[in-house]
Amino acid sequence: MVGTVDAPERFDDRALVARLRDGDEQTFADLVDGWSGWMLRLARQHVQTQSLAEEVVQETWLAVLEGLDRFRGESALRTWVYRILLNQAKRRGVRESRSVPFASLAPEEQGPTVDPQRFQGPAEPHPGGWRQFPEEWPEQVVLTREVHEVVAEALTELPDRQRAVVALRDLDGHTSEEVCELLDISAGNQRVLLHRGRAVVRAHLETYFATVPSTRSEVTDDV
Amino acid sequence: MTCEEFVELVTSYLDGTLPADERRAFDEHLALCPGCDRYLVQFRQTIDLLGELPQESLSSPVREQLLTAFAAWRRTSDTDGA
Repeated sequence: MVGTVDAPERFDDRALVARLRDGDEQTFADLVDGWSGWMLRLARQHVQTQSLAEEVVQETWLAVLEGLDRFRGESALRTWVYRILLNQAKRRGVRESRSVPFASLAPEEQGPTVDPQRFQGPAEPHPGGWRQFPEEWPEQVVLTREVHEVVAEALTELPDRQRAVVALRDLDGHTSEEVCELLDISAGNQRVLLHRGRAVVRAHLETYFATVPSTRSEVTDDV
Repeated sequence: MTCEEFVELVTSYLDGTLPADERRAFDEHLALCPGCDRYLVQFRQTIDLLGELPQESLSSPVREQLLTAFAAWRRTSDTDGA
């Protein structure tokens, strides 16, 4: 599955590429199954529809096969595949709307991630302290179908860059170093986008749990 | 450290990238503030829930096409090599 960008992986990469060159179909199938998830997600950053994203991923795999003899192992295989993916996505028509380069943060990506109204002002007894603590959530938060929908919906509603970082980190399990490399962003910006995106998803969950008191009493009764 | 500052540092704290003095201040605040303790717990739960979302995958026809393409590619490169 997902490893870290370090020397052992480079070593694994060479073994992997050797097996592919030998025509090992299982290795190819495992790679396609293991990597297409994050590839689809990244492709979706650049094209308008899910089916276009799938075409981009398919073309990327074909280009990977064609170019495999040129892979020298100077970068991680994942990074090499990602660069091919990016080229394929661009050929398919990059979303022109991306006016802000990934390298810098937009104004709306800065500032507090929790509504400042929830904290006491300078004239109050505890400036910067909670006015009211966040409401408790069910003791056991489980991914019911409804909770699943809330999280998935919150993720969909995130701005592109935040969604990309949150998905790569928390859904696909990439490390922060890998995400910085894949998206070509600084460690600081990666952290800001990730934190902001997670905070938004948490806020959606908070709203959801506040509207389903039954969930809470059920869980409490069980304990 | 105020609560308002605490909530902005949670991801850095979880990633282990806070400088030692800030980490100490964070831990001290955490020990004393039930509200921020709850916020941190919920933030972790949010991350766990995100991790449980299903991975996206290719549709099976596309997957099949790719495996077929791989078999064809292997034959071609065999021919090239010969």
